[in-house]
Amino acid sequence: MTTAVQPFTGTYVADPVHSSFGFAVEYSGRGRFRGTLDDVTAALTAGDDGLALEGAARVESISIQNPPQFRAHVLGPEFFDAENHPAVTFRSSAIELADDGAARLEGELTIAGVTRPVEIAGRWTEPIAAAGGGLRAGLELTTTIDRRDFGFDWQMALPNGNDALAYDVTLDVSLALLQPED
Amino acid sequence: MRVLAISGSFRRDSHNTRLLRAAALAPPPGVELELYDGLAVLPPYCEDADVDAAPPAVEDLRARIADADALLIATPEYNASIPGVLKNAIDWASRPFPDNALRGKPVAVIGASTGLFGAVWAQAELRKVLRHTGAEVLDAELPVGMADEAFTPSGELADPELGLRLRDLIEALGNVREADERVEPRNRAPALRAV
Repeated sequence: MTTAVQPFTGTYVADPVHSSFGFAVEYSGRGRFRGTLDDVTAALTAGDDGLALEGAARVESISIQNPPQFRAHVLGPEFFDAENHPAVTFRSSAIELADDGAARLEGELTIAGVTRPVEIAGRWTEPIAAAGGGLRAGLELTTTIDRRDFGFDWQMALPNGNDALAYDVTLDVSLALLQPED
Repeated sequence: MRVLAISGSFRRDSHNTRLLRAAALAPPPGVELELYDGLAVLPPYCEDADVDAAPPAVEDLRARIADADALLIATPEYNASIPGVLKNAIDWASRPFPDNALRGKPVAVIGASTGLFGAVWAQAELRKVLRHTGAEVLDAELPVGMADEAFTPSGELADPELGLRLRDLIEALGNVREADERVEPRNRAPALRAV
């Protein structure tokens, strides 16, 4: 039996150095391709209605640099369409924290201009004194999406007839949340 | 077992040539890999030139295939298929048909690409073409994706599992040859032309 808790007050913002947005997708039925969007911004705010999380990851900060045509394909209209949709964003509608460290979020995820409701499971760590003053806490979030829901329909049949790229994509967000001293 | 290694690219820093060199760094016991480097000097195939005294580069290719016990071919992927220069080499080697240097020859196909999929479509195309020539083509594939990051500074495959699979594939070439030698002589590959 776990108990819901809410130890946060005020606003925490993500430390960009220690926060990340990762994605992983099976390819060729034999491996997982992993990438990140490195520029992550997020704010966790405790208000009268409970906790709220808003975050964004800049698509151009994707870890795929080479070869250039791979980067261009992933940022192009068949995938992220970075020119028209520069950021992946999330806005929570409900956040539940349990005393065993489990977190559960509901909210809306927007990728390539398409907004879908998502449920996210994760872990949180309690605010503690940060080295440079203020408080720090952590939030680790994981969810799996079907990339077709966001218009990432690209597919090719492998020579054996199987799909070259899986449709399920795992998203892993790690947020180091800081609240400066008053 | 002598294996002739053919890279489908003669680019100076070719990932596929690098892949063959990685194979040559740690071959299975008793295997000697020789890198073929004549792709660039083969003339474009033309039946007018496909006469008894074929162009010297063609004679050389045919002789080296004939002298090898097996072939290991690494192909890049151009427009979901094999490079024209590699197809050109196979077209030359496949003549005269059917008694050509490729007939009955054990062949393994591998491939590297800078994308995710490791030239998997080109490898399938290459196996199709080679089977048509009468070669004994292994079913296995070895896709080396993200080739920019696939090799260590000393030239080995960075992924040890891929390195083992490459070695296994070369060993499998030896098994094809042994099976072939157990076949009745009249059913074996015809005598190969000497040059």
